[in-house]
Amino acid sequence: METPEQNIVANLPLTETAVQQQEVSPESGVYATPGESVFETKNISIYYGSFRAVTDVSLTIRENEITAFIGPSGCGKTTVLRTLNRMNDLVIGARVEGDVHYRGAPLYAKDVSPIAVRRRIGMVFQKPNPFPKSIYDNVAYGPRINGERNKGRLSEIVERSLRQAALWDEVKDRLNKSALGLSGGQQQRLCIARTLAVEPDVVLMDEPCSALDPIATGAIEDLMQEIKSKYTIVIVTHNMQQATRVSDRTAFFSVLINEHSDTRTGVLVEYDRTAKLFQDPRDSRTRAYVTGRMG
Amino acid sequence: MAATTGQTVDLQEPPSWRRSKNRIATVLMVISFVLVIIPLGFVLYTVIAKGISIISWQFLTADIPPNVLPASIGGMGPAVVGTLEITALATVLAVPLGVLGAVYLNEYGGNKLLAKVIGFMSDVMTGVPSIVMGLFIFSIWVLHFGYSGLAGALALGCLMLPIVIRSTYEMLRLVPDPLREASYALGASKARVTVTVVLPTALGGIVSGALLAVARAAGETAPLLFTILTVTTVNKNVFSGANTSLPSQIFANASSPYVGAQARGWGAALTLIALAFILMIVARLVTARFARNLQ
Repeated sequence: METPEQNIVANLPLTETAVQQQEVSPESGVYATPGESVFETKNISIYYGSFRAVTDVSLTIRENEITAFIGPSGCGKTTVLRTLNRMNDLVIGARVEGDVHYRGAPLYAKDVSPIAVRRRIGMVFQKPNPFPKSIYDNVAYGPRINGERNKGRLSEIVERSLRQAALWDEVKDRLNKSALGLSGGQQQRLCIARTLAVEPDVVLMDEPCSALDPIATGAIEDLMQEIKSKYTIVIVTHNMQQATRVSDRTAFFSVLINEHSDTRTGVLVEYDRTAKLFQDPRDSRTRAYVTGRMG
Repeated sequence: MAATTGQTVDLQEPPSWRRSKNRIATVLMVISFVLVIIPLGFVLYTVIAKGISIISWQFLTADIPPNVLPASIGGMGPAVVGTLEITALATVLAVPLGVLGAVYLNEYGGNKLLAKVIGFMSDVMTGVPSIVMGLFIFSIWVLHFGYSGLAGALALGCLMLPIVIRSTYEMLRLVPDPLREASYALGASKARVTVTVVLPTALGGIVSGALLAVARAAGETAPLLFTILTVTTVNKNVFSGANTSLPSQIFANASSPYVGAQARGWGAALTLIALAFILMIVARLVTARFARNLQ
């Protein structure tokens, strides 16, 4: 049985392949350097049945950085995010074309287990979704399904995760109360604590603050800054200010409308350092979006 | 704004039929409710009036005497024991099978042909008359192995199965998908998601649905007519030998010309109603308790 202190990522079959030294297409302006890319996607297209939701996305996501996905509704940012931990496998008819590499290993190879992937790549959802269990059981859920049965170690993990999520002081006296009695902001921080409890390598966040007020949002943004030294974070957000506040790099997605077939497909327009993308975008669509003239 | 013009604002409803229609509809609803209650009231009144005088500990435990004997002698012990035995055995047979069937339909079946066929057959099974279930078990079981409580339990189980499948399926459908996703995102397998999140969340509804099916089966006469016969002494072995039950006994005693037998029949009817009533109350308590957990 693994102690929580061990870096579970280190011994995984998924990570055995050497990190590929690879350049992403030059027009993205982002060049991967060895040893720090966590995800590399190369020309991926994502389909729901015959409908192509996202086309031709290539980007590199780096270790210990916060990467933000922004763009108008329906541009496929959430779809791309859910591709990174194979959550789209749960959607009937969803499929991915192109290469997604996670730390050098092909994420969609036949012998890759989505379960093993998701144990390393956690996810926080748009709406807080605590289990109808106690606060303690919510946080201990992940370690328990990973086989941790030792009560002392479980309690340590629960406390550490809740502290990391800046929730410990508020809930330490009611760990055995239902998680559903918490406020929305507390529930979302609990969901973050639950994700951190399995010590993932990457935390994917799908609009984690969209259901929260500005104060709770601030708490979660602070939390992201604190944990980024240990985790790689990818966040989808509708809020451009949030992207500028928290992220190191930003990917701007947009929608291509095909007039012939009347379908909408998401595309990656621009991916760059956040400051660059917001102050000096290369693409006119990005400029229109970040200055508020579109979307 | 017209706030300073000095005119008072007219907040009265413009003259219309709305209030009268509202009153008529309310009265109609109350009348239909009373109409629905009347038969129930009469049934309860009749059964209690005719049955209460005979109920005693002796009545609930003593052997069934010959029909000619007066009401003061003997009781319905074998029928009480038989109903409890046979219903319990039917529950043990039908509930796990039904719950597993519903789990397959909702969690694993998806759009598979097998799932569609099972769902359809289960709905068809709901419509099979209970006496046909009795005949079915008579032909495939009783003809080979003889009358027994087990044969009765098989017939009742066949009757309960589609009810349990349908009610459990509806409960599983109510479990929000975000809860499943949260569990998947922590690296849980489908089986774990089902066992640790879906079933506990739906447990209250599953239990109350099962108890309603049990209450329904406990009152069935027709499936037992050709499967257990009737006996006058307690048969503790539910797996072999003829048995009896409260509904069978009510049927037998009601067709008897003797006053004493008829009085014992009324007593059996009251006992049966009381049993069903207790089950309903337990179902309500269980549902309420788990509903609180879900909020």
